[in-house]
Amino acid sequence: MRLATQDVVDGLALWPLWIRLGWNDILQRYRRSVLGPFWLTVSMAVMVVALGVVYAQIFKIAVRDFVPFLCVGLIVWGYISALLTEAGALFTGSESYIKQIRLPYSLYVCRFVWSKAIILAHNFVIYFGIVSYFQIWPGSVGLCAIPGFLIVTLNGALTSSYLGIVSARFRDIPQIVASVVQIVFFVTPIMWKPELLGARSHLMAWNPFHHLIEIVRAPLLGQMPSLENYAAVGVITAANALVAAALFCRYRARIAYWL
Amino acid sequence: MSPRSDASASAAIISLDRVSVSFPVYHGGSRSLKKAILSRSSAARIGRDANDQVTIDALRDVTLSLRTGDRLALIGANGAGKTTLLRVMAGVYEPIAGTIDVRGRVSPMFDIGLGIDVDLSGYDNIRLRGLLLGLSSHDIEARLSDIADFTELGDYLDMPVRTYSSGMMLRLTFAVATCYEPEILLMDEWILAGDAHFLAKAERRIDSFVDQASVLVLASHNLEICRRWCNKGLWMAQGQVRALGSVENAIESYEASAA
Repeated sequence: MRLATQDVVDGLALWPLWIRLGWNDILQRYRRSVLGPFWLTVSMAVMVVALGVVYAQIFKIAVRDFVPFLCVGLIVWGYISALLTEAGALFTGSESYIKQIRLPYSLYVCRFVWSKAIILAHNFVIYFGIVSYFQIWPGSVGLCAIPGFLIVTLNGALTSSYLGIVSARFRDIPQIVASVVQIVFFVTPIMWKPELLGARSHLMAWNPFHHLIEIVRAPLLGQMPSLENYAAVGVITAANALVAAALFCRYRARIAYWL
Repeated sequence: MSPRSDASASAAIISLDRVSVSFPVYHGGSRSLKKAILSRSSAARIGRDANDQVTIDALRDVTLSLRTGDRLALIGANGAGKTTLLRVMAGVYEPIAGTIDVRGRVSPMFDIGLGIDVDLSGYDNIRLRGLLLGLSSHDIEARLSDIADFTELGDYLDMPVRTYSSGMMLRLTFAVATCYEPEILLMDEWILAGDAHFLAKAERRIDSFVDQASVLVLASHNLEICRRWCNKGLWMAQGQVRALGSVENAIESYEASAA
């Protein structure tokens, strides 16, 4: 327990290192390409426009209503799904580091979450494009997206740390996570609005991802997330923290042996 | 020398007390979740299986202690546990049994390629590696010219590391690892990949900081280098200590067994 806490404290304190490593991860992937990480932005932008126009027609919703909703939803979902699907490689991908040098394990988590946040920032450019094109401005409510983003990030860090640990031991976990994430994408209101569920829209209360997305998406679209959203996210965060703390304390020292 | 009195000595920089390390071997199937779940369903039989799990005892009851000025050579056949012992000293593996106490900053040199990004320049890699070894960016900038001098790479330091030969990479790694007079320097055999000129230079550098209250542990098959660089020797076989004492004695008993 004490060692685990120490690990987290040391890991956070090494921020110059994980900021640099995370940044390098991004640079490495796009080195010598002209657009660099903005390739992500471009592909996301094309997807938002194409899906936006088609689905607005299918659902018979005004493009002006639907495209901003879709845009923010996809950007936030992109962040969450990257955190989940790539968490499996969190420790296995850093094998060369873990086996050569003693660094806090939390450092790898920070590096991972940070590099995903950088990608999110690149995608976020699209939001400004959409906002200025449709002339919608969320006003000061938009600032509520910042704590929302931080809470989502915290949950991402907690979840990816325990998924990383379990995946180091059981190598099928990343596959399972990948298929679950794909299903979640379709059952969560990202490509469709929750109102479309009609009388059954209360079902969404049981979808944790709906709440996590909503606390970022709603403010950016100029609405306040509901109290229910915040309460649900509070419960999710507490549960994640418990699981992460339990697994991290118990198995932290074993990670090196499993790699 | 009696290990017990050594371990209690306060001047000990590294002390291991009956340290054992064993690796679980997960072959294909047993590494999967499937097997873990199935084994739960037929508790009795496979429960015994779980105890029979194949493990490799990499280190067994290793007790030793090193003090200021000790330069220990680890010798032994392939698979004797030399590298594992180095990694335990580096804090990579926390022992399954026994205790280890390490006082001082450890500078491990196991892998030349660790943290090396081949697309970055030599200078940028020096900065990255310095951060990995726990230096602050300020420390690194202060020592940058020193490090550059030692590597003798000159203008090459502005080139991407992908253009380097392995010997050049070794110079870079060695220079960073020894730039701040590490208290504990752990080296695996690859150090011998350098040319004669580099080896002589490396030896002088190590001489200079071992005088300043440091410990060196070198694992090598090159007995000549062991004799020159070290004053203590540890002969290992099958993860156990066979002989521990002066470097001459250890090498003699090792050679006697090989003959």
